[in-house]
Amino acid sequence: MPTISVDKAELYKTLGQEYTTEEFEELCFEFGIELDEDTTNQERPIVNGKQEAPQLKIEIPANRYDMLCFEGIALMLNIFRGKTPFPNYRLVEPKGGKMQTVTVTKDTLKVRPYVAGAILRNIKFTQASYDSFISLQDKLHQNLARQRTLVAIGTHDLDTIKGPFTYEALPPKDIKFAPLNQTKEMDAEELMQFYENDKHLGKYLHIIRDKPVYPVIYDSQRIVCSMPPIINGNHSKISVNTTNIFIEMTGTDRTKLEVVNHIMVTMFSQYCAEPFTIEPVKIVSEHNGESRITPNLDPREATAEVDYINNCCGLEESPEQICKLLAKMCYAAKPSTKDKNIIDVSIPVTRADVLHQCDIMEDVAIGYGFNNLPRTSPNKASTIAQPLMINKLGDIVRMEAAMAGWSEVMPLILCSHDENFAWLNRKDDGKTAVKLANPKTAEYQVVRTSLLPGLLKTIRENKKHSVPIKLFEVSDVAFKDISLERKSRNERHFAAAWYGKTSGFEIVHGLLDRVLLMLKTAFLTHEEGLEGKKLDYEVKEDPSKPDGYWIEEIDEPTFFAGHAAAIYLRLDGKQARIGEFGILHPTVLDKFELRYPVSTLEINLEVFL
Amino acid sequence: MSSSQNGPQGELPSEILLALSKSEPILSSEAFPLYKSADAKSALDRLGSRSMITYETIDREDAILEPEAVEIEANGSHEARVFEALSKALGGLTVQELEKAVGDKNVAKLGQGKAFKSKWIAKGKDGKLVASADSIQDVTREQLQIISRTRTHPDPKVVTELKKRKLVKMQKVISYKIRKGPKFALQMVKEETDLTADMLASGAWKTAAFKPYNFKSLGADQNAGALHPLNKVRHEFRQIFFEMGFEEMPTNRFVETGFWNFDALFVPQQHPARDLQDTFYISDPKLADKPHAETEDDKADYEAYWKNVQGVHETGKYGSIGYRYPWAEEESLRLVLRTHTTAISTAMLHKLASQKGPDGRPPPARYFSIDRVFRNETVDATHLAEFHQVEGVIADYGLSLGGLMEFMQIFFTKMGIEDLRFKPAYNPYTEPSMEIFSFHKGLNKLVEIGNSGMFRPEMLESMGLPKDMRVFGWGLSLERPTMIKYKVNNIRELLGHKVDLAFIERNPAVRLEKT
Repeated sequence: MPTISVDKAELYKTLGQEYTTEEFEELCFEFGIELDEDTTNQERPIVNGKQEAPQLKIEIPANRYDMLCFEGIALMLNIFRGKTPFPNYRLVEPKGGKMQTVTVTKDTLKVRPYVAGAILRNIKFTQASYDSFISLQDKLHQNLARQRTLVAIGTHDLDTIKGPFTYEALPPKDIKFAPLNQTKEMDAEELMQFYENDKHLGKYLHIIRDKPVYPVIYDSQRIVCSMPPIINGNHSKISVNTTNIFIEMTGTDRTKLEVVNHIMVTMFSQYCAEPFTIEPVKIVSEHNGESRITPNLDPREATAEVDYINNCCGLEESPEQICKLLAKMCYAAKPSTKDKNIIDVSIPVTRADVLHQCDIMEDVAIGYGFNNLPRTSPNKASTIAQPLMINKLGDIVRMEAAMAGWSEVMPLILCSHDENFAWLNRKDDGKTAVKLANPKTAEYQVVRTSLLPGLLKTIRENKKHSVPIKLFEVSDVAFKDISLERKSRNERHFAAAWYGKTSGFEIVHGLLDRVLLMLKTAFLTHEEGLEGKKLDYEVKEDPSKPDGYWIEEIDEPTFFAGHAAAIYLRLDGKQARIGEFGILHPTVLDKFELRYPVSTLEINLEVFL
Repeated sequence: MSSSQNGPQGELPSEILLALSKSEPILSSEAFPLYKSADAKSALDRLGSRSMITYETIDREDAILEPEAVEIEANGSHEARVFEALSKALGGLTVQELEKAVGDKNVAKLGQGKAFKSKWIAKGKDGKLVASADSIQDVTREQLQIISRTRTHPDPKVVTELKKRKLVKMQKVISYKIRKGPKFALQMVKEETDLTADMLASGAWKTAAFKPYNFKSLGADQNAGALHPLNKVRHEFRQIFFEMGFEEMPTNRFVETGFWNFDALFVPQQHPARDLQDTFYISDPKLADKPHAETEDDKADYEAYWKNVQGVHETGKYGSIGYRYPWAEEESLRLVLRTHTTAISTAMLHKLASQKGPDGRPPPARYFSIDRVFRNETVDATHLAEFHQVEGVIADYGLSLGGLMEFMQIFFTKMGIEDLRFKPAYNPYTEPSMEIFSFHKGLNKLVEIGNSGMFRPEMLESMGLPKDMRVFGWGLSLERPTMIKYKVNNIRELLGHKVDLAFIERNPAVRLEKT
């Protein structure tokens, strides 16, 4: 959520009322913005020898682009408080003169196809409103425009340039100009190098760097206004004294391009000699059918259902009353003349966040006050509670392990590739683990396929604890499974680890016996129907053989030779290896920095479902 | 009455008993000056615990003679020795003769000065030193003799003066005044520490002396197993959900697709939550299948759902103007680690849409889950790449916001949190969205305790749910309330391998309703 800093005294002046911090907090809370900080009683920075005036730092919902600046916050709060009607924003064509045009060449399709423009005439900035104007562009670039990828804004002193303008796309070598705040003229290739390590602009270069052509806006004298989305020309630079501003926007997302235009002009046209008037710009873009006059400030006409609104809010308000509430939220609404259940709603261009009547319904609720809405019983129908069976099973095992004197731990599910494989002396066959594309650290490379790394890391971090340490975890691991839509599946495992001066092998073995006993699974010995030593790892149904589990010695590099066994289970005639236990190999201990012997146990619980 | 020299410590108790049988009370520092005070105390405690003796501790400061003072005590002060030598010599002595007579050049030199001052000696006519008094009183020597004997002096000023003259120093001495106890005897009786089966069998319990139990210490360690505190809190939450008729969702699926995690929830493809900085994407396996049925009883039309989701994003549908951007299928098929369990709720609600209740419409449902979610966060005290999301969903006909708030009130009251307040908020898949706040007395401010809202029609109607079925959703993290409850400041002390095992072992049972 963006946070906007506003001058406290100026805001209260514009609101026509002084607030205590608590009162203002309350107003924000009801309206759905959040007072993050009031810097009145803090040490404030000194800028140009003057201490900064007390600021209010206000958090704005991410979809309310109309409140990304002082002007917007002040206006929306005044409308919400019923102090001001929503302004009547108007397009005013230039007196006698011809409308400014931007003609678009077809090559822009290769890099940044859309452009829009607007002109603010006879504007009078103060330093504060000028700063706000610059800051709004920045906020729009960061948020709605997704770091200038979707939309980039350029603002120019119209008195230094002369239309008609063109929006073209040219090879970088052919674009030459002195960029903003530079005197030296350079071509676009040089310019990209010049800004390569620039803290502010460097991060935008990738947007066009590898394109064959770069976008550029020229005036009629071939003066470069801007090379979006990177930088403006120095020639048309604006200042606090600029009176006529040409705003151009280019982008790859047409919807957001128009939103940005609307926000820029509605927020700052109040400083024009004739407030709330905007001079339109004609876009000529025949090749893609985008010729039009921008901006289009017509509100969007929509309808909302009275019974839907009342029903969702639990209210019984009249259409007229609902219209009054909507006025607090910037809408012009009136009951439909044709249908008593319909309200005709004009949605101003500033409210680009309104997509559906549910948004209108929410604004009625905010206008009414969430905390004033009548409470109703949430119990319409009765439903039946039901646990997830694998969780119920997991809880049984957790309880039994804890009752047997083991402590539960909750390590992370993500781990490094080495922890999951190499450190356990296991090989990655490439078909097992789900791997992450963009982790910030090597700690998170794969989704674990075993609970052992987490248990061993927990012991490593708790070596000061008295021994023996007896830990367990019941949780999920994940495996690749290309047969499924999501190409992976979870598996619920139970694992335990003993750390002590002796190996604890028999104790871990005993824990296995205990847990399986509690799961009503019998221990099978060879005398009870197991044949030979060789085992069939396939799941095979054989109802003639008794259900139960047995263990077979294994020789796997995770474990110390002669001290490890696989655990086999036969349930309903189906048999499978469900896990293993043993003394960890000393090389594994070494990797996890463990000084004493460790025995572990890990089994798949899903088979007991 | 002095004890045997350097007796081993083991014999001290018997020595004490023997000494007490002869006289009472005795003072340890006098009776057993060669034992260390700590050894004496342990012997006394052994006897004391058997009520054979009683004792009181006496802290005192003793004045001890410095080496110079020992010499003065033996031979007299310097000035006295000078006087002695002169008064024995008739006709006086020269300085050299005096030194010889005293036998110590230094003593003679220092003693002259003081003796002159006290007018004990004078210079004779021939320049020789002569005694000028008949007799003298050697006060210093007398004072030191008293201190040597009693280790103090009746006049405290004297001790202070002598300390200044560096003739005595003070030393702390702990000694014990020992008396016979009610069970005094000369022999120490063997004491039993525990009642054993053998004693029961032999009847020895009747005569045996038992060592008193120390009721001031803790009992024996139980070596108990323990459940993890976070899972204990999870259990309480689960119970609350069960009490309120909720069905647990199958959240045992970490890997999701862009479609289920985002698109189906009406989160646009350019939404910041989908950035690489926020979401873990999967490099292997690469791409998901398009949504399809994976069990035979799943009769839902996934193709229609896919088209609906695309449509509602791209051009708008169900009365929504949509986000109006070109929707990319590839983005939807990217595999991600779920960023919220709402991906599962979505699949559950989609399933619900094809179920038929008695009236032929999807039946009301209540779902919940508490499970791990993943965010590509930079790790700090309050953020980990993994945490647990508690999520609840209520689908029913004719639900209103008042019902949602009332439900949250009941839900949170069950964990001792009352006086909720609701703040308008923004969430791409709920409208209205309400942040839930409660006044925290400890922090003396409103704290956010969860998020809630009604799922957007764009999301629900795409699934085929009827327009008048409304769905509440709410969520909170499991870690945050646990951290507030147990005053844990760093999430890494609660989840992950860095958690202190002692914290797990000693954390009390969780009773959320107790505030």
